[in-house]
Amino acid sequence: MYRKIVLGLAACLALSACGQKSDPQGAAAPSSSAQIAGAGASFPAPLYAKWAETQKAETGVALNYQSIGSGGGIKQIKAKTVAFGATDKPLKPEELQAEGLAQFPTVIGGVVPIVNLPDLQPGQLKLTGPLLADIFLGTIKKWNDPALLALNPGVKLPNLPITVVHRSDGSGTSFLFTSYLTAVAPKWASVGASDAVKWPTGQGGKGNDGVSGYVKQTTGAIGYVEYAYAKQNGLPHASLQNAAGQYVNPTAESFSAAAAGADWSKAPGFYLLLIDQKDPAAWPITGATFILMHKAQADAATGKTVLSFFDRAFSTGDAAASELAYVPLPAALKAQVRASWSAIVGPDGKPVFTPTAQ
Amino acid sequence: MTTVAAPRLSRRISEGLFLTFCWVATGIAILALAAILWSLLSQGIGGLDLNIFTKSTPAPGSEGGLLNAILGSLMMCVVAMIGAVFIGVLAGTWLSEYARDSHYGKVVRFLNDVLLSAPSILVGLFVYTILVAPLKGFSGLAGSVALALLAAPVITRTTEDVLRLQPIALREASVALGAPVWRTILTVIWKAAQGGMLTGALLAFARISGETAPLLFTALNNQFLSLDLTKPTANLPVVIFNFALSAYDDWRRLAWAGALLIAATVLTVTIVARIIAREPRRS
Amino acid sequence: MTAAADVPSPTPTAPSRSAFGAAFDKGFEILCFSAATFLLAALGGIVVSLAIGGWPAFQTFGLNFFVSAEWDPVQEIYGAAGAVTGTLVTASLALLFALPLAFGIAIFLVELCPPLLRRPIGTAVELLAGIPSIVYGMWGLFVFAPWFAKHVQMPIMMSAEPGTLWEKITTGVPNGAGILSASIILAIMILPFIAATMRELLLTIPAQVRESAYGLGSTTFEVVRKVSIPYVRTGAIGAIMLGLGRALGETMAVTFIIGNAHGFPTSIFASGSTIASTIANEFAEATERLHAASLIALGLVLFLITFVVLALARLLIGRQANL
Repeated sequence: MYRKIVLGLAACLALSACGQKSDPQGAAAPSSSAQIAGAGASFPAPLYAKWAETQKAETGVALNYQSIGSGGGIKQIKAKTVAFGATDKPLKPEELQAEGLAQFPTVIGGVVPIVNLPDLQPGQLKLTGPLLADIFLGTIKKWNDPALLALNPGVKLPNLPITVVHRSDGSGTSFLFTSYLTAVAPKWASVGASDAVKWPTGQGGKGNDGVSGYVKQTTGAIGYVEYAYAKQNGLPHASLQNAAGQYVNPTAESFSAAAAGADWSKAPGFYLLLIDQKDPAAWPITGATFILMHKAQADAATGKTVLSFFDRAFSTGDAAASELAYVPLPAALKAQVRASWSAIVGPDGKPVFTPTAQ
Repeated sequence: MTTVAAPRLSRRISEGLFLTFCWVATGIAILALAAILWSLLSQGIGGLDLNIFTKSTPAPGSEGGLLNAILGSLMMCVVAMIGAVFIGVLAGTWLSEYARDSHYGKVVRFLNDVLLSAPSILVGLFVYTILVAPLKGFSGLAGSVALALLAAPVITRTTEDVLRLQPIALREASVALGAPVWRTILTVIWKAAQGGMLTGALLAFARISGETAPLLFTALNNQFLSLDLTKPTANLPVVIFNFALSAYDDWRRLAWAGALLIAATVLTVTIVARIIAREPRRS
Repeated sequence: MTAAADVPSPTPTAPSRSAFGAAFDKGFEILCFSAATFLLAALGGIVVSLAIGGWPAFQTFGLNFFVSAEWDPVQEIYGAAGAVTGTLVTASLALLFALPLAFGIAIFLVELCPPLLRRPIGTAVELLAGIPSIVYGMWGLFVFAPWFAKHVQMPIMMSAEPGTLWEKITTGVPNGAGILSASIILAIMILPFIAATMRELLLTIPAQVRESAYGLGSTTFEVVRKVSIPYVRTGAIGAIMLGLGRALGETMAVTFIIGNAHGFPTSIFASGSTIASTIANEFAEATERLHAASLIALGLVLFLITFVVLALARLLIGRQANL
């Protein structure tokens, strides 16, 4: 009778031993089976899925990207559980250095304020950065506030309380939005810029969906969502005053303008937020999303697969990006990103991937 | 006269109130179920076509289905349930048959209740810490372990509860006939309690079949079809979670279809199991 | 470990008939014992890993972590009190709503239901348990909240006299998201757990016991109160624990509908947060060491709460019913 137990125990041990033995293989396996795992920011996930689907059909490479949040992406690449991480919140050059990480942008997006007021056309409501900050600080409480009326002559603003809706989950969207408010409104310094902050007022919705859900259900609500989300769902946005003093609407052109105006060459690790750019056509709350990889790749083939994936995506994936309401990188920036890849090397010290001249 | 009539009247009133309450309570539950099912059906049925079962999760704008997620979920749930039933039934049996009032039994019973209440996200984190991080990779097996940890306490709890309700006479009769205790438990007690134990297993399955949080940091998810449980594995809850909150209509349709699929699976499993068990109790 | 040796066996230990049978008896007991111990070890592992992960938060904030409702990721000040209150309030409200309903359903299914409907209704209730929690969340946000705002919240808020306590505890944004909505969704979610287990328990009452009570002229109410409830009391506590446990730890559904504001909830319609929703909201993005540690510490606090709640329940109701 004890034999059975002993047998069972032995079987358990054998099983766990197998488990132990198999994982070094498991860790190295991506190269052989051409299955690569990446994880991080939720904002670019639909686009990466699109690119992955296209390339799976073309080259057979199965690049599996999963959205677990920017913070998750940063943590997982540090823990080396994935081949690459993705984040909407770029890591500072010092941190990249300390962790031995390389960082590069892949695509551009932005944040759009959305409002729910009766009879309001999209873009009809004009806002400035400081006013937006006052609203989210709770100092402007009603839609017929004199400051709002003065900025919007001819717009029927009702005597309605303003309900502020923000993201409840930590998110790159909040990071970009609060970074913008910090940049343009000194008063916002009391709250600060982060992917999760202590909101002075309002309700928190989970994800873009939660925010837009609350805004849709509450007359007099204002919230903010990703551009791609606002565009796909036709949410009524407000137009914003940019650094050049122009009131602009969120469009692919205004995002491109923000990206094109920036000087990326002086930004080590591409650490650059595209907030409040000088270009007169630029949308003020713009940002890129980034990929994180270890500079020293333990397995050259894995690194090569990832980089050739993004190389191909840069060459052939712009149409897909625009279709899904993302803004492709300007050509000059793509060239800079490709050049930066020489820093990602295999165990032999040689770059794992050299893009063919485009 | 009045002293007799008054209690009778109050008895009738309390009886009436009680019966009404039971009817109303059931009505409310059925209404809530109907409302939720209606949302599920009206939103999910549109996305339910053959592609769901033949194609993997698509990128927005492409044609696709949920094949990878269905298979992945199925594999992980089966592995998890095997482990959880094994642990849960044995642990519940120990609590009921061997440990009734021992101190250790009380401790295990109590801590099992605590484990029941563990937020699934914490169980996921725990498995991430002990399996995913040290092994440097997400895997379907890690997901199964997390799910098993969530299911086992439910099974333990219900197994113990139904076993304890089996009359002592049943045990005595069996032992008196010469059966050793283990046979008594296996062939008499378990058999008598199988309906309740099945309910426990079904509750556990229902609980894990829709869990997102513990899988996010263990099984991750997979855009493509993969039958390798040592790799990131696609699963319905995470797919539903990602797609439901996305900006794209075709993804949201798939999310609702997936949710409908989980609910339908739980329903089918429940019904089939009930038919197989064919409760011989009073009808 | 040593406890295993002196575990008194409640089953009458018959003199062993065959050497194999008796020997396997011990083996089977050890197997069962190991399974129970495994569960214990799993819980121990979770608690230890939480304690290690959350240690920096306890170290930094000390007792303040439990008393303060301040939650500010930018200044890196974290306190658990707001989330703890939200968790306790929503879970208790949910149990308050769900328990009588679940009990009514179980009684209905066992005592009142026409036999033809018994199976469909029983299955329907169990089906409620099989709906993924994210669906409850989405249904809560897109279907329930607007309905609730229009037909419950608005009338209550409009009828409240200004300046009264009632007005104070019913202020909020009229969009259906908040503490009360979260509690109701939670109640719907835990209902089937309690009802299904309770029904199973009621079915185990021997027919002759109930029938003799009926035979003495008892009404259904009296049979339930005097015979059924005492008979299943122990198991019923288990069923309630199942439900309460799920209410305390439920994550996704609550996150969608509670409004997610840190700090103490001020009214039943106000936004709040629970421990689980806070973790779900922020863990994925928590890159600062102290932020992540505070979230893990919150998880440990949730374990402590469960611990205390369950211990209290034991003390109050007792578990002495030895059948």
